[in-house]
Amino acid sequence: MERKKRRPEDETPGDMAQRNQTSESTTALLRELVAHLRMNRTQLREEWARRITQSQLLTAMTREEIFAEATSVYDNYVEVLETGSVEALQAYARNLSERIIPRGVETHEVLGIVLLLRDVLARSLFGKYQSDFALLNSMLDAYEPAANRIASTVGVGFVQERERIIRQQQEAIRELSTPVLQVRDRLLILPIIGVIDPQRARQLTEQLLRGIRANRAKVVVVDITGVPSVDATVANHLVQTVDASRLMGANVIVTGLSSEIAQTLVTIGVDLGKINAVGDLQGGIEEAERLLGYKVIMTGEAANEPQA
Amino acid sequence: MRVPILKQGGILIASIQSALSDEDLLQLRDDLVQQVGKYRSRGAIVDVTVLDVMDSFAVRTLRAIAHMIRQRGAETVIVGIQPEVAFAMVQLGLTLGDVATALDLEEGLAFLGRNPKTGPLHGP
Repeated sequence: MERKKRRPEDETPGDMAQRNQTSESTTALLRELVAHLRMNRTQLREEWARRITQSQLLTAMTREEIFAEATSVYDNYVEVLETGSVEALQAYARNLSERIIPRGVETHEVLGIVLLLRDVLARSLFGKYQSDFALLNSMLDAYEPAANRIASTVGVGFVQERERIIRQQQEAIRELSTPVLQVRDRLLILPIIGVIDPQRARQLTEQLLRGIRANRAKVVVVDITGVPSVDATVANHLVQTVDASRLMGANVIVTGLSSEIAQTLVTIGVDLGKINAVGDLQGGIEEAERLLGYKVIMTGEAANEPQA
Repeated sequence: MRVPILKQGGILIASIQSALSDEDLLQLRDDLVQQVGKYRSRGAIVDVTVLDVMDSFAVRTLRAIAHMIRQRGAETVIVGIQPEVAFAMVQLGLTLGDVATALDLEEGLAFLGRNPKTGPLHGP
């Protein structure tokens, strides 16, 4: 966004100087082009909207919506041709992307409609200047770079918005995925669900270490029941987490190693000797309570049964 | 900067106040090992809370301190390793081996208090 904002200021002086030097005629041609587009606004817009529907683009939107958006894009388009500044169009493209991305509009559709508009306008130029080939040529020389710039602006705006949303969601998932919970005084549990990649493993460890300090934990139960597969990398991350926690004075108990995972680890020869593993989360918490000196006593009717 | 060593009953507390050079670390080692004998201490605590970096020399020296002190009949606890430091250490493969660690000074004192060899701490 910062880059975009700077761009017109950076480019405009050089841009304009260059334009003045090289092609004063281009400006005149563009002015003529803009006048032509203004005059045939209704007809060209309708033609464009028709081509969009025909090409089965923007199927998530109704005909009226397409026409309304088409009008806005058309007006912005003409404005860019007139002023040479893409800033307003950029803002509009961002705004449009924000609205249409949640409705499932794909990148190819957005690029498709912008290219269609380019074609529709080019066709109308062909129609208008077909008698004068030289003029048509210079008109296209003026029109094409501007049109391409517009197409790439809209396309890039859409993709950037999409990437922004993806980043936001990744961030959200990442934050949700690693809760460090205190179950008793000085006892934390860290239930891990889903695939552990190196980035997530790193984040898990950092979060756990911060949690240990914040909660003054002495024992941590890391439950990996929800981790579908463990390979050498993940196992090494686990060992690192255990070592780092120990440096902070906390014991780590790993629970929920399934039989498949246990077999894999033994087969690939990962040294888990330093890890205190207990079968399931319940066992892990019981072991942690033992380490912390807790004794859970049943009260009430069930109290007669011996406590494990 | 020389690390102050405090005596609290049978425990020596080396409280590091700022980043240490290699010489400072060796000085700390010499002072601590010597004073364990002098005061007939049963435990020593090295507080590294202020260190935000621990290189391999620091880790090796801390391990050496703990081993030397053990040979003089006392236990050592390293306390206050920061989360970032702990993470960096395991990533660099630096370990303290069998040396005891604790979250902070309070935990370290409690650990030595529970240890049959060093505790219970003096006093009522």
